[in-house]
Amino acid sequence: MSKDGVDNGRRRFLLWSTSTVGAVGAVGIAVPFVGSWQPSARAEAAGAPVEVDVTKIAPGQAVRHEWQGKPIFVVKRTPEILSKLGEITKQDMLKDPMSEKEGTKQPGYIKPETRSIKDDVFVVIGICTHLGCVPQHKKELSAEEGGGFFCPCHGSKFDLAGRVFSGVPASNNLEVPPYSYKDDKTIIIGIDQGAV
Amino acid sequence: MTRMQKFMGWVDARFPATKVWNEHIAEYYAPKNFNFWYFFGSLAMLVLVNQLLTGIWLTMHYNPSAEGAFASVEYIMRDVPYGWLLRYMHSTGASAFFLVIYLHMFRAMLYGSYRKPRELVWLFGMVIFVLLMAEAFMGYLLPWGNMSYWGAQVIINLFLAVPYFGEDLVQWIRGDYLISGATLTRFFALHVVALPIALLLMVFLHIVALHAVGSNNPDGVEIKKNKDENGIPKDGIPFHPYYTVKDILGVAGFLFLFCMVIFFFPEGGGYFLEPPNFTPADNLKTPEHIAPVWYFTPFYSVLRAVPDMALGVVAMGLSIVVLFLMPWLDRSPVKSIRYKGWIYKTGLFLFVVSFVILGYLGMKPPSDLFTLIARICTVYYFFYFLLFLPFYHLFDKTKPVPERVTH
Repeated sequence: MSKDGVDNGRRRFLLWSTSTVGAVGAVGIAVPFVGSWQPSARAEAAGAPVEVDVTKIAPGQAVRHEWQGKPIFVVKRTPEILSKLGEITKQDMLKDPMSEKEGTKQPGYIKPETRSIKDDVFVVIGICTHLGCVPQHKKELSAEEGGGFFCPCHGSKFDLAGRVFSGVPASNNLEVPPYSYKDDKTIIIGIDQGAV
Repeated sequence: MTRMQKFMGWVDARFPATKVWNEHIAEYYAPKNFNFWYFFGSLAMLVLVNQLLTGIWLTMHYNPSAEGAFASVEYIMRDVPYGWLLRYMHSTGASAFFLVIYLHMFRAMLYGSYRKPRELVWLFGMVIFVLLMAEAFMGYLLPWGNMSYWGAQVIINLFLAVPYFGEDLVQWIRGDYLISGATLTRFFALHVVALPIALLLMVFLHIVALHAVGSNNPDGVEIKKNKDENGIPKDGIPFHPYYTVKDILGVAGFLFLFCMVIFFFPEGGGYFLEPPNFTPADNLKTPEHIAPVWYFTPFYSVLRAVPDMALGVVAMGLSIVVLFLMPWLDRSPVKSIRYKGWIYKTGLFLFVVSFVILGYLGMKPPSDLFTLIARICTVYYFFYFLLFLPFYHLFDKTKPVPERVTH
């Protein structure tokens, strides 16, 4: 091919400008394709708050509710359970006793020692922080560990404040969802304390 | 000229039909010393065709929605004429696909088929393997059983290990705050349209690359180095009729075993179709024991063997990445195991043993002893690729490689 009379500067400019415009166009056309994978408006609407009457839970029992399609455990903790939690904290059996690790999710208004607004009622999302299985509530994991949550998938164990024990695959404590007290008897899962 | 010759002349003037037939079938010269291990390439093609055909037929009756999926699979099993057969052919075909592919890959390890000049053949093949894993994983969600659901939950959540975007990425993949109908429909689209197209393209490239460089053989010698006066390799025989006939024998043997499973053990003892999958998906109830289908378990064991989640995901990813690197990791002057010494043979044997043990442990619930064994096998797995393969040739004693193939 004859190269006579080729304006290389002009050719280079046209090459780069068409490539750039083309690339912008490619990114633009990717937006609807990538964006359509986000949760739909219907899925977002399904995540409405859930009310739970805590007086109907027997001491030591856990009840299960569903919020945003996730299992939520509400546990009524007895004074014995609470003192056991204190013992566990002292004995260095937990990976992150005060939930300070990066990636741990809990609202700012709960007490770090009990991971709850009030000591007796504990609210937690029942999804293992390892790979997302639903842990089972056990009244006693072992004599040493007391009650807690046991994940059947890979054997992760959490105490009754959702704190992960050492030596199991999960590295973070269970997530505490946003919740608040509507009155003394009722909690609302999905609405932050002080938000209303 | 007969009518047929006239017709082919007409076609060949417009499309290279005869040329393609000759290049890839009738005058494709393959080494004459192929053995048992060379059945699995053509068998993989057979299983691919089986999956495509039965898959297309299953979509005619399947309902890709969270409300209808489980019931439509039961409908296929009970009410659709031969539906049970189509489904068992498809589900057994998935396991057969991996069995055949694993043996096909092991053949490459035995005879050094990934070595120069076949690096691209191996790389295209590895991409096929990864696509196949994606295909199998997404297909397993479609029956919408409880194991489908929780298996997908565990695997999708692996992406939580991605820093910063993990949470958003997982939500984007699911299309919801949990695995739901939105996840099911996109997996369906990928499983039946996108991934099969990609797979077919990669199979095409795999074969084009193979036919450009020519097949390896159990002696690992290049037959193209010894050509006769017509430029035909002296140790080559035309693929058709010699290897088409040989492969038909392999197909007969394979179909014998395949049909035995379909008709007598369609659930494969709980390993091909897992028991919890006979109950519908329940987002509030995890099955007692979650295990992936057998063909994923070696890699799943690597994941579980590492105590830290993010590192476990990285280790599992690496366990597949190292396979891609094999052409450059193996530095032996000799390709085939026939001319390697006892060090390589022992190393490969232990690799196979640890791979099988990892696969077994991945199906079992974790315990202290099992975790320890899985850790030992994981360490050996990486040792094999990262230290053994690059350096064994310094210690291993090779035998002289013959000029021509032996038989």
